[in-house]
This record gives sequence, C-alpha cells and structure tokens, in this order.
Amino acid sequence: MFPLGIFPYIVGGILIGIGVSFIYIITGLHATQSSFFSTTLSYFSKIPYFQQKQYLNSRGWRITFAVGVILGALVYTLTLSSEGFFTTSMQWWRLALGGLLVGFGTRLSKGCTSGHGISGLGSLSTTSLYAVITFLVVGILTAMIVQALGVVP
Amino acid sequence: MRMRHLIVFIGGLLFGFGLAFGGMSKQEIVLSFLQLKDLGLLLLLGGSAFVTALTINLAPKVLKRPFLGGEFKRRKRTLSKRTIIGAIIFGVGWGISGQCPGSAWASLGVGNIPVIIGIASMFIGAYIMGRFFT
Repeated sequence: MFPLGIFPYIVGGILIGIGVSFIYIITGLHATQSSFFSTTLSYFSKIPYFQQKQYLNSRGWRITFAVGVILGALVYTLTLSSEGFFTTSMQWWRLALGGLLVGFGTRLSKGCTSGHGISGLGSLSTTSLYAVITFLVVGILTAMIVQALGVVP
Repeated sequence: MRMRHLIVFIGGLLFGFGLAFGGMSKQEIVLSFLQLKDLGLLLLLGGSAFVTALTINLAPKVLKRPFLGGEFKRRKRTLSKRTIIGAIIFGVGWGISGQCPGSAWASLGVGNIPVIIGIASMFIGAYIMGRFFT
C-alpha cells in the first residue's frame, strides 16, 4: 500500500496545510489553485466571464501564489531532494490531452484537488466532498483503463 | 497590498515545497496512486485538508478577523450539475496525465519541463470553458 513509506506524504501534506493556513489566518484568502487560469486569462480576454469582479480582484495575488509554489518546489529540489531535478517520462499527448480536460473540468466544477480537496473539505463543504469523491473515483477508473490499454507509464 | 503579496508568496513556497516533498510534482507518483499501487497521496490530501480544516474552523474563534483585515469566510460553492460534470472531466484528465493545477506548478519547480505542455493545455481548457460554456 505504501511502497515509498508514509513519511514524505504526511510531511508534504502538513506543509501544504500550513501554507494554506498561514495565508488564511493573515489575509483571509483561500489559497486555491485552478482559479489562476481564469483570473490570468482576464489579462488577455475581454469576455465578461473572465472580466468578473472577483477575478479582477484576485488575479494579482494568484500569480504571486503560483510563483511561490514553483519556487517552493525548486527550493526542495536544491536542498532536501536526494535525486535532484526530475523529468517525467509521460508522453506529450497525455500531458496535452490531460491538461486540456483538467483546465476545462476544474473551471466548470469551480475547484480542483486544492480548491475542493483542501480548502473545500477544510471548509466542511458538502459540495466539495461530492466533487472530491467524483474526481477521485473517475481519476482511478481512468488511470486503470489507460493502464489496461497498455499505455505506459 | 504589498504585505498581502508577501504573505501569499510565503504560503506558496510552503505549498510548493510540500507538493514536491510529497512527490506530487511527479506524474508517475500520481499515476501509481490512481492505479492504487501507492496510496500515499491519500495521506497527503488528508493531511493538508485536516490542517486546513483545523485552521478554518478554529481561527474565527481565536481571532476576530485576519491580521490584515477583512473577515474569515468559509469556502462556499453551490452544488450543481456543473460541479459534478466538471469533476468527472477533471478526473479523466487527471487519470490520463497525472497532472492537476497545483502540482503542475510544483512540477516546473522540480525541473519537470515537459509539464509546460500540460499548463498551456490547462489554459486552453479554461479558456474554452469560459468562452463557450458560461
């Protein structure tokens, strides 16, 4: 069940929770991820959906947040990581097709693993609970089917 | 405003460090979770949600308001068909590629450059949603 042990997962999860909590206690903001795509598109698209007030108000800090996430992962890679930089062996078409569905689906659902999974569950939201159960079950089924079709990794 | 950016940045650093520490920046680890070979990511999700739940539920009892002003609000979303259909589509994309929005940024930080393809695609997907499905 846990071939790599449980330590990195538990510590990683707690660190993520502390990051979200730190931002919440000081600013009151829910530091979630997938909204970034819609709020950043507001810089480029005049469509009313992207120009809604809550997107314009949060687009600045969401970019700062994404930069923080990138650099946080970089700091880990340069310090504690035993193997250094990593490159996935995932086929480009899977990254492209998967990314397209992730971008569309998370924005339709108004949340992702972070929005529904961390902040939503943390807010004891039943909407988020249903969303999390749905994407977990569908994600597992999809990965199993892709594997059964002989696609590796 | 500057202070808010600084706080969000520090929180982001912790978020990204935690994602990389927990291995979620590697699509292979996400896939091994979704193929039920390594359930560790369930602990990562549970741990982060647990800490966040403690904070969101206890902070308003200890503090009147966030340090930088405003008020403590829960994250509220109304359940609709879109919530579930969106989660299904997200789940398919997650299962195909092992990517989600936050972990994609962490991937960049661990030098996992091919994920730029995934991030560009997420922008396109988010654009199609906002352009044609609202």
